[in-house]
Amino acid sequence: MNSTEFKAFIKKYTMVIALVVVFIFFTILTGQRLILAQNVSNLLLQNAYVLVMACGMLLCILTGGNVDLSIGSTLCLSAALSAKLLSSGFSAPVAIIVSLLVSAIIGIWQGYLIGYVHIPPFICTLAGMFLFRGLARVVLDSKTISISNEGFLNLFTAYIQIPGLDQNKNCVSALIIGIIVAIVVALLFFTSRRKQLKNGYPTGSLSSMIVKLVIIDALIILYSVKLMQYKGVPVMLIWILAVVLIFAFITSSTVFGRYFYAVGGNEKATKLSGIDPRKVYFVAYFLMSFLAGLSGLLMGARIGSVDGSMGQSYEMDAIASCFIGGASAYGGSGTVPGIMVGAILLGVINQGMSIYGLSDQWQYVVKGAVLLAAVVFDVVSNHKTGKS
Amino acid sequence: MGKILLEMKNITKTFPGVKALDNVNLQVEEGEIHALVGENGAGKSTLMNVLSGIYPYGTYEGDIVYNGEVCCFQKITDSEKKGIVIIHQELALVPQMSIGENMFLGNERGKKAAINWNETYSEADKYLKMVGLSESSRVLIKDIGTGKQQLVEIAKALAKHAKLLILDEPTSSLNETDSRALLDLMLEFKKQGMTMIIISHKLNEVVYVADKITVVRDGSTVETLDCHTMEIDEDRIIKGMVGREITDRFPKRSGVDIGDVNMEVRDWTVFHPLYAERKVVDNVSMNVRKGEVVGIYGLMGAGRTELAMSLFGKSYGSKITGQEFIKGEEVHLKNEHDAIQHGLAYATEDRKVNGLVLSDSIAWNTTMAKLEKVSHNGIIDVQAENLAAEEFAQAMKTKTPSVQQLVGNLSGGNQQKVLLSKWMFAEPDVLILDEPTRGIDVGAKYEIYCIMNDMVAQGKAVVMISSELPELLGMCDRIYVMNEGEMVAEFTAQEATQEKIMSAILSSDKKEAKEAQA
Repeated sequence: MNSTEFKAFIKKYTMVIALVVVFIFFTILTGQRLILAQNVSNLLLQNAYVLVMACGMLLCILTGGNVDLSIGSTLCLSAALSAKLLSSGFSAPVAIIVSLLVSAIIGIWQGYLIGYVHIPPFICTLAGMFLFRGLARVVLDSKTISISNEGFLNLFTAYIQIPGLDQNKNCVSALIIGIIVAIVVALLFFTSRRKQLKNGYPTGSLSSMIVKLVIIDALIILYSVKLMQYKGVPVMLIWILAVVLIFAFITSSTVFGRYFYAVGGNEKATKLSGIDPRKVYFVAYFLMSFLAGLSGLLMGARIGSVDGSMGQSYEMDAIASCFIGGASAYGGSGTVPGIMVGAILLGVINQGMSIYGLSDQWQYVVKGAVLLAAVVFDVVSNHKTGKS
Repeated sequence: MGKILLEMKNITKTFPGVKALDNVNLQVEEGEIHALVGENGAGKSTLMNVLSGIYPYGTYEGDIVYNGEVCCFQKITDSEKKGIVIIHQELALVPQMSIGENMFLGNERGKKAAINWNETYSEADKYLKMVGLSESSRVLIKDIGTGKQQLVEIAKALAKHAKLLILDEPTSSLNETDSRALLDLMLEFKKQGMTMIIISHKLNEVVYVADKITVVRDGSTVETLDCHTMEIDEDRIIKGMVGREITDRFPKRSGVDIGDVNMEVRDWTVFHPLYAERKVVDNVSMNVRKGEVVGIYGLMGAGRTELAMSLFGKSYGSKITGQEFIKGEEVHLKNEHDAIQHGLAYATEDRKVNGLVLSDSIAWNTTMAKLEKVSHNGIIDVQAENLAAEEFAQAMKTKTPSVQQLVGNLSGGNQQKVLLSKWMFAEPDVLILDEPTRGIDVGAKYEIYCIMNDMVAQGKAVVMISSELPELLGMCDRIYVMNEGEMVAEFTAQEATQEKIMSAILSSDKKEAKEAQA
């Protein structure tokens, strides 16, 4: 690897490298408590809302650096509705459907205003932030409602444990699932490479692909070992993975996904290419609200109760993950894998600081500094390569 | 020979990996208009940036001798203090501020803490008069046209007590009349003893104003032509710019049969989208046949772009009336997508603003207008997409290391090729090309003309909108002339001449004036 290749490598994987460094740093700082099975398992679950909502936020940001400020409130409203319905004796499916339906309506409402009435997204969603927070408190009647419905909790917070095979500290099923996933990933790598070779496409060297594959598979297996040591595969992880994979697919491989990048890059040119930008805005804000609703269910179940201040400033975590993960503040660029690294980086910092026992106020300072550093680095490094 | 005001000696400027300027020498006499010509990327702008201190002393090799002394400019204000003022191609005016405020922006009159507005505006009015503008300096920039804005830029330069004025493509966004007025103003300044350097792609203008012409090619000065001692014409300059004799500026088209009418418009009328009573396109009828290149000529504001956009799925205007036929069938196009589905393509005038997504790759831009061609059930086949993009990049001779390259990193000519690729990929029957060669260099222009010939050879119909008469005369089978929203004349290639076309516009102006009087 010569120096320019090395620089390109560093630039491409900056945030991954940062994640590794930060992870090692906190592992040492916390006397390896960070890598205890329980903490590793909780890392993603605690940040479920960030991971899920960052996917939707990416779409909004892609359309031109626009954000959705209302999602913390939408999350709270969705959770409040479920809690209220469950405590009034309705069944879990009813509560879930109503919550998601209301979030979808919020999405249609905001998507319509932003896309078709051309209300600036910042203002429209700022209004939504107040509106839906207020409605959530109305639903809760300013009380804290706890969720005790078994069916509802199991659907989101249970762990996959196969009777006979698994015990709490030794859930073999997690390892088996991990190995299967690792094999599937390997197969995908090889089939896509074979397809590229067949069509005469330039491919990277085989050795570098194998190195990459080995690292990824090793991480998957390690992660599943940790899960094995603590209760097994959490159901919430499956929800998170489903959302992330679907959105990664939409943004990278579908025609409609491509439109988000095009609108953010040049809306006029996109319109003159026969693509309706209004629809693109609509879908972005619709999906965003829907994901906020889903996150409300996940967080409601995880916390086990809902109060009027739930989800406050969650929108900022989602936005920060996107920007740390390399989405452009001007729209038009950013990927789902990138923002996942951003979200996990934030999560590791959060959890590392909590385990270490750093006080809340300093946690804010660190988060702010990380966000700023990431964006400054992005702008400066792009400037140096001649992109203005 | 007069006094040498400026001499740039052996200027060499390197960027990481690229030698942008290589031993450039330039001598400018006091009181002359010196033109700097060369293809895009030849190094003209870099040279001027070196001169004006944008690239500070020490980042380049060689000497700048101005008024007999060696200059070490660290920043732009250093060179401006000496009277070297550069007017950039993109106007640097704040639209929401008044002419006067703009003129003294960064150079405010009065004290630091309190601007003297009376002095500002009276001084501004004085300079406006010098450039022949009758507007008050309190008028906002956004309320005056581009031609006048360009004059304000010049007045702003005068307010800095310019002795050497550098104009970078001053007429690129002006219409013919405004351009001529600007050039005449330059000649007027010359009489008063001002020294000027003009950078321009428009060689006819260069020939009109310049005393000397320095040709830059690949970062070196090739030659300096003296217009007073030599007979200089455009072909002579082009020869220096491209380094070879251009035998024909327009490629010949042969063996293309002109077939049936591909698109026809009857009684097409369009109103302004905001000022609903203003007619922008007035009762226009025209047609274009298979295998034919039809030109539309008109001055700025004649309604050419508006006509094209309104035909392309009503992307411009309101209260559109009239009939539009494609391949003999009347169509009612609802939007741009509908237009593309019916075989229409419109390659926009301003490729950076309206045509391309600069932050996306060549491949993405190429397939953008018809992604369904490389996708199944809404899922993109990336490999098919790349293959298609590569095929077009090869056919159009787009210079790029790969189709993954971002379009923003390409030169103007190559960007234009990507724009044309995008519309050819959409498989249209009728292509409307709006100013397809604006702002690109001579060599790339020739290639664009060849691509147009390929298009008609494939049986497409091409409508070419242009402000440059020579290229319309060189490329078109028929030329329509538009003025004030109306079609005022139609010429076949054989009949058309520059004089006939201009007089068609003038006589329609007169007719209108008469009607207005009556």
